[in-house]
Formats: sequence, C-alpha cells, structure tokens
Amino acid sequence: MSRRFFPDNMPPPMADATTLPWWQAAAEHRLVVQECTACGHTRLPPSPICPECRSDAADWREVTGHGEVYTYTLVHRPIAAGQELPYAIVVIALEGAGGVRIISNLVDVEPAELAIGLPVELVWEDMSEDLAIPRFRPRHNSGAVAESRRSRTES
Amino acid sequence: MSSARAQIVGVGESAYSRWGKIGDVTEHALACQAISRAVEDAGLSMDDVDGLASFADDRNEAIFLAAELGLPALRFGNMVWMPGGGGGCAAVSNAAMAVETGQAEVVVVYRSLCQGQFFRFGTGGVSADAPGEPQVPSLQQANSLLLASMGFAMPYGLLMAAAAYALPTRRHMHLYGTTSEQLGMLAVTFREHASRNPRAVMGGRPLTLEDHQASPMIADPHRLFDCCLESDGACAVVVTTPERARDLAKPAVEILASEQGAPKGYGFGPFTNANIADELYATGGCEEMANRLWAKAGVGPADIDVAQLYDHFTGCVLMQIEDYGFCPRGEGGAFIESGALAWQGGSLPTNTHGGSLSEAYIHGLNHVVEGVRSLRGESTSPVEGAELCLVTSAACVPSSALVLGRK
Repeated sequence: MSRRFFPDNMPPPMADATTLPWWQAAAEHRLVVQECTACGHTRLPPSPICPECRSDAADWREVTGHGEVYTYTLVHRPIAAGQELPYAIVVIALEGAGGVRIISNLVDVEPAELAIGLPVELVWEDMSEDLAIPRFRPRHNSGAVAESRRSRTES
Repeated sequence: MSSARAQIVGVGESAYSRWGKIGDVTEHALACQAISRAVEDAGLSMDDVDGLASFADDRNEAIFLAAELGLPALRFGNMVWMPGGGGGCAAVSNAAMAVETGQAEVVVVYRSLCQGQFFRFGTGGVSADAPGEPQVPSLQQANSLLLASMGFAMPYGLLMAAAAYALPTRRHMHLYGTTSEQLGMLAVTFREHASRNPRAVMGGRPLTLEDHQASPMIADPHRLFDCCLESDGACAVVVTTPERARDLAKPAVEILASEQGAPKGYGFGPFTNANIADELYATGGCEEMANRLWAKAGVGPADIDVAQLYDHFTGCVLMQIEDYGFCPRGEGGAFIESGALAWQGGSLPTNTHGGSLSEAYIHGLNHVVEGVRSLRGESTSPVEGAELCLVTSAACVPSSALVLGRK
C-alpha cells in the first residue's frame, strides 16, 4: 500500500460501464486517457463516442503522469472527517495526453508553492486494495531535468 | 411577431430566511404560497393558471402542486435540464414558449428551497464532523450520468460549489490580474443594495471591503463573503400571452428575448469538466449564448438600464459581465472597481435586490422577480426610467438568460 494523503471516508468515486475501464486501469496504477482510434482525439472523462469525429472506436493511452497546474483552489473546509486542512484541488494539464486535463489534488505542497504552471508528477494513493486515486505532487528540478533529458533522447 | 411575445404579469415570494430556518412549513407549501402571491399580484385567479414550470431538480413536482392548488387543468408541466441555478431563466423561457405556441395560457414558474428539511448542497452526503462506520473505500456504482461525471471530482473532495467555481476564477486572476479586492467590491455593492430591501436576509448587515478581506477563506480565492447565502424561501413569476396581459392589475413586462444552453463540450462546466476549451475556461461559458440573446432582442449591452446577474460567487458575476459584453474580456475587475454596478451613479446598476449574495438564494428566480420589479418601478433600489433589464441564471454551468422590457 502507498502513502496515504486523505482519510478512508473521502467520498468514493462512482463509475458506470463507460467510465469503469478508467478506474480499473487506475487500480493497476495506470493513468490513461481515452483516444479515438479514428481521428486520434484524446478525451477524459471517458465517453461513448468521439465528440470530434463521432466514431465509437476508442483505445486507452497510458500517460506519464507529468504535467503542470492549469488552475487550483486551496480549500479550507473539510469534506470528510479527519481530513488535513487546507487541501489543494487542482486541474492538471497532462503532458503527452493530446491536451487532456484532469481534476485531482496536489499533495506534499506548501501553500506558497501552489501556482499555475507548477510542474507536477503523479503519485498514486491506494485507498484500499481495489481502489487507487491519482494525485499529484510538485515535480522538483531533478525530476524535470531527468524528464527533459529523456524526451531529448526519445526525439 | 413582436406582438406575440409572452409577458410577465405577476411576481411573488414567501418570506426569505437563512438556511434551515423554515422547519414548520413544507417546501411545497412554501411553493404554493409564492405561486398564490404571484397570481394575486397579477390580478389573476388560480382558476386561470394552466401551466407550471420549474428547474434544478425541483422536489416539488408540478403534478402534485397542480392538485394542491386546485388548478382546473394542468396543460403544461415543465422541468429544465440546465442544472441548478443555470435554469431559472430557461424555465421562464419555456413558459414563454408554451404561451406563445398555445400550449397553455397562464404558466407560473416557481422555485422553493428549504434545504434544512432535506440535505445541504455540497456535502455529497458525507459528514465532515463524524467519521461514521469504518468501511473499506471502494468504487461505487453510478446510477446517473451526473454521478458518473462526479466520479472525476468527488474522490478529490470536489463537492462544494465554492471550490468548483474557485477554479475558473483563480485562472481568471492568473490571466488578467483580477484581485480579491475587486471581487470584494462586488459583494459590498450588492450588500448596499440589500440595505433598502426589507425582503433581504442580510438587509440589516452592512458590509465593508475590510469585512470582506477579513472574512474566512473557504476555497481560495473565495472568502466567505464571495459566496452566496444559503436560504429557505420560495418565489414565483406568472407568464402569459399579450392578450391576457392587457387588462391585468399591473403593467406587463415583456420577454424581449430568452436563450438557454451551453457551448460545445461544456458538460456540467468546471465542476466536473477539466477539459473545457482553454478559451472558455476562465469565462462564465455564456458568451455564445449572450450573442444569440442580444441578436434576438435587437438590443446590446450598452442599451441595458439595469441587470440582475446570477451571483452564486463573486468571480462568476465578474466573468458574466465579460461574457455579456459589458466590458472586454479580462477587464471585469476594473469594471467593478469603477463602481459600475452601483445603484446610484453606476453605468450598470446590478442586483438591485441584493442578489443571492445578500437578498436570498432561491436559485436565481428571485433575480427574475427583481427584474420585473425594476421595470415596474417597484424595486427598493429603483433605477429611474429603466426600460430594459438583463436577467441571467448561473454561469459556469449550462445557463440561460432573459432580456425584459417595459411595455
């Protein structure tokens, strides 16, 4: 089990058959976006047809979990008992995901550090054996350098 | 076809109070009271009413209210899809369509809220006070599309509207340098308007910018006084044909134009959707709709004498001001700072009743009520000679709006 950031009684995610595969991938610590196999448009949350070309053919593309803060709020009211305050809700623009963003939390962050454009990396929180929630933490320079080196090698 | 346009001929409300204060009257009884008062204000009888319309998952279903009120027949019962506060003007718009197309002749639009008798918005049924029975956290079945969508917000603690709409507001601040003080000025202005309104829950509670800046942070950048009230109460407006409107108790107010909807890919808006187009994210999402509204009404923002803008959060009002073209994108903060929204001396007197920030939170149907009063000369913060009023429903969700005109 991973480190814990939020209490057990945080509201659990709810899924239907369209979104279930995303949560099944999350349980395996794979952060995925849905990719249209007809036109390549990526989307999140999962949906039955591509809103750009209306094809129903889609695949799951795993992303690195690197990204940057697109916007944020620092919340001072608890949702669940025992929750540490304040906590950061963020929208992350994911790298290599065709422009897809995701709502999540930023953990291990000083409030003063919270800023739009802050580079972040994925950290999984195992709420139980069957439920993992993707959260993010600041990606400090060493990681950023390693990543930029890797992308240079790849290109 | 302008002669066929629907008219608003009556408005009414129950007493408004703070959240949870009305416990001895049921929510539907309160709805009946507001409807009765609006019908009486119009100089009509309940025997004239043949349609009912509401929005925001109203618990008080029209079929039951029609029976309770003894309507001779229910010919039109309508509920709007635009969520929560986004649907108030759409419900009026649908009522207008009904009377303009002969589906019904007199439609009452209503909204009643006694949250204390049910549950509080923004909690998701989870108690922040007590941990409850220990349970192994697990994925749950979503029994609706909304809940499946909320699945991408809830596990992050995103359940409170104050947090959800902080996200686009924070980005607006980042892009344009909008400040908390500018948001605060808006709250202070609306509170000042409420000071003359005996219906206003916060009527006797003056607010200064210092009070705003000292108020507790709820979800940055939203301080307590950036957030609307939570209220108990009900209100209603009566919509009918121009023929029926001609000889009623009070001057009719014409619905010059109404629009509803959302831009492409908007879904529920930033509450559950992180993937709203970049150019739309730090807006109220209403610009396209506003342009359609102005084109349909044949007037523009410069023609508006008084506005009643849905104010769930200060930042959402600021973004609407830009969406509706009262100032260029990014200049909403400076526009507020200029005093434009003030009843006296402002170029766009706004929320002359105090709005949801200071009168009451009745999902913005009280803004339609005030829009009618402001054109009848009945507002407690009257705008001399006002002929055109813009009324909007909640921004940052699929929304709706009306342009009202004095006959």
